[in-house]
Amino acid sequence: MADLILEMKNITKEFPGVKALDNVNLKVERGEIHALVGENGAGKSTLMNVLSGTYPFGSYTGDIVYNGKVCQFKTLHDSETEGIVIIHQELALIPELSIGENMFLGNERKGRLGIDWDRTYHEAETHMKQVGLKEEATTLIKDIGTGKQQLVEIAKALSKQVKLLILDEPTSSLNEEDARMLLDLLLQFKKEGMTSIIISHKLNEIAYVADKITVIRDGATIETIDNSDRNINEERIIQGMVGRELSDRYPSREHKISDRIGMEVKNWTVHHPLYTEKKVVDGVSFNVHRGEIVGFSGLQGAGRTELAMSIFGRSYGTDISGEVLIDGVPKTLKTAREAIEAGLAYVTEDRKGNGLILTESIAKNITMSRLEKVCSKGIIDVDKENAVAEDYREKLRTKTPSVQQNVGNLSGGNQQKVLLSKWMFADPEVLILDEPTRGIDVGAKYEIYCIMNDLVAQGKSVVMISSEMPELLGMCDRIYVMNEGKMIAEMPAAEATQEKIMAAILQSDK
Amino acid sequence: MKTKAFIKKYTMVIALCVVFILFAVLTGGRLLYPQNLSNLLLQNAYVLVMACGMLLCILTGGNIDLSVGSTVCLIGAIAAQLLAMGMNSILVILLCLVLSVIIGVWQGFWIGNIHIPPFICTLAGMFLFRGLGRAILGSKTIAINNKTFLNIFASYINVPGLDGGEKKWSAFVVGIIIAVLLLVNTARSRAQKAKKGYKQIPAASEFGKIIAIDVLLLYYTWKLTNYKGIPVMALWVLAVVLIYAFITSKTAFGRYFYAVGGNEKATRLSGINTERVYFLAYTSMSLLAGLSGLLMAARIGSVNGDTGNSFEMDAIGSCFIGGASAYGGSGTVPGIMVGAILLGVINQGMSIIGLDNNWQYVVKGAVLLVAVIFDVVSNHKTGKAG
Repeated sequence: MADLILEMKNITKEFPGVKALDNVNLKVERGEIHALVGENGAGKSTLMNVLSGTYPFGSYTGDIVYNGKVCQFKTLHDSETEGIVIIHQELALIPELSIGENMFLGNERKGRLGIDWDRTYHEAETHMKQVGLKEEATTLIKDIGTGKQQLVEIAKALSKQVKLLILDEPTSSLNEEDARMLLDLLLQFKKEGMTSIIISHKLNEIAYVADKITVIRDGATIETIDNSDRNINEERIIQGMVGRELSDRYPSREHKISDRIGMEVKNWTVHHPLYTEKKVVDGVSFNVHRGEIVGFSGLQGAGRTELAMSIFGRSYGTDISGEVLIDGVPKTLKTAREAIEAGLAYVTEDRKGNGLILTESIAKNITMSRLEKVCSKGIIDVDKENAVAEDYREKLRTKTPSVQQNVGNLSGGNQQKVLLSKWMFADPEVLILDEPTRGIDVGAKYEIYCIMNDLVAQGKSVVMISSEMPELLGMCDRIYVMNEGKMIAEMPAAEATQEKIMAAILQSDK
Repeated sequence: MKTKAFIKKYTMVIALCVVFILFAVLTGGRLLYPQNLSNLLLQNAYVLVMACGMLLCILTGGNIDLSVGSTVCLIGAIAAQLLAMGMNSILVILLCLVLSVIIGVWQGFWIGNIHIPPFICTLAGMFLFRGLGRAILGSKTIAINNKTFLNIFASYINVPGLDGGEKKWSAFVVGIIIAVLLLVNTARSRAQKAKKGYKQIPAASEFGKIIAIDVLLLYYTWKLTNYKGIPVMALWVLAVVLIYAFITSKTAFGRYFYAVGGNEKATRLSGINTERVYFLAYTSMSLLAGLSGLLMAARIGSVNGDTGNSFEMDAIGSCFIGGASAYGGSGTVPGIMVGAILLGVINQGMSIIGLDNNWQYVVKGAVLLVAVIFDVVSNHKTGKAG
């Protein structure tokens, strides 16, 4: 009988309208490194949030057995007391505070009066030595690189007497050298008896470091693969990750692609808005014909959203260079307004943050990007506005009692339809849809695919950014693949497979 | 359920009625004297005017302008000095309004284009303009004797033939005309909607509302008829209120202020120049503060270093009491008018009773707090809080 440190039994977690986890089982042995793999949205992070108490006991069903007893974590603090520490993909460090201060934030070393700073910094340095971080404990977080910040997070975990360390995409923002160092550190901790769970997209890293690999797909555990002899075939993992069948989840359409190019982008480069020396998009060129749906595949952080937003009136990034041609005419689109007037629309992936005003009505949201169309001499014709909104409500079959309803009261799928209505009302020639079906149910997805087909049938160009490969394969004419800011592959959808796309990404990672 | 919705929609109107009746009783009816009702408007003219500008600032995201009280002092001081030097009064008024816009451009530029937090930028303006105003006055009180200037802002309308006697009939005539126009207009817009087949609110509730407004209007103009007639200042206030009510409810330009407060990022990605929205909010605010400076100077008849002290708080308070959200994105001109009048009634009522000035502050503070708590709590319940 194996010595299990953790067993998660039949974990089911539902969000409104979506079953994020469906009877997931996970067994982790003491002293091993256990990898969790799966596509974006498969449920890996949700599972770890259930484990750490971020989603409290009672909000899910199933049992967590840790060190032989059933646990009911209500807060992050509860799980940390038991020695379970999670390090998130976005680091939870405060840039303006020092390494030592960050390490003991919420867990301060107290003296008789207030904080004992000598002890704080002494202990911080002890843990920093353990992770091989050569910095002063008084250095501010903002003055060290991401690689070192990641080490601070791990040192912070050590300071909490960690027994089970969970790392969510720990290497996604690291360069190769730092990533390798981090993985070696994990192997070293393993020798010292620590157990880790690592979530990662980078299969070569997983093959290098993990003893066991559990594959999660669509909120369910598919299989656990043994890798104790470190010779797993990456194809084998990919197969588990993507192996679902395509049925008629995508409406068929006549492919009538015009010779005319709707939009062409040449040699597009964008720098990070804060770390200005970092290229987020690096020399990317692509085009989309009229009547064509072009897909963009890639992992999170590949630079697809940044590419789209920077083209759309330089809404992201600094030091942008390159050329945009719309209908063959070169354009300099300096503001979102210019982009809209040039016939471009960008439907954001973040509909609540960047797309809609949740506290306003459907009608007001729909007309916002082209308010002048329902105005005469700057005065809004409210009746006309409502009529327009009503029209789109019928066309897109948005489920709402009235167009006066606040958008915040709608379900995700219906919000997405309002967002689409808003940009269809702007009457663009080229639509960039960023994750248009994220977080919405299957029925609404199908309807959104139908809308896309209608748009290209009218001779418009559609660019679809999506992390769901089956959706790209089912909907697009051509697929571009991006990784780490670069365009790494282009293939006709007819020839593309999920394995090919994954392989292209992994190839460029090496 | 229906009464609940009604109470929720008209909370502040109901509160205003309750407070008004309360003070009418407490003052033994003295609050209802024609002179007191006329003064209620005149004494709060500056609040009503500035609350309109403040609404635009608050709509952009709960941002306020702390400098308006000082702007009132600075513009008032400049006007008083120029008039004392014998400059033409029309020229003085124009110059002062242009200067107000320049002050607004100064603040709007830092806030909109350079992204200085409005609180800090206008706090700086509060000191700057107060200091400049006092320097211009040379620490003295300067009286205004220019007849034309006083007539433009602080006289009463006098129509020969109508207003000769004890009763100034022009006020009541205007009241009747407006009341009839409101009724006719409502009926016409309903007929138009019916013709186009648009949805309508039930006739009873729409006409009920208009008739209630008409009755109040007739009552008020009757009171004015009995005391000097229509003050010119009322026309200035009315003009500002109507323009701002129109801008915020009917124009694309006004819609942008709500959009920025609702979700600034989404607004920018919709191709709207959000920097310009901030810029114009603060420019318009200073223009109205300048206008208030002129109104105050004419009403008091003099300007000193303390003119306009803590006016910003009255304007801000009116907006929040009148239902503008502290997170931005919601609030209407009629709403903040109710807020301003509520504050005004409390002030006036307590003054008539002879309540100590210190206690007036306590009551005002309590009312403001209750109003904002109500706003936040009721929004949380409907799940749309910022």
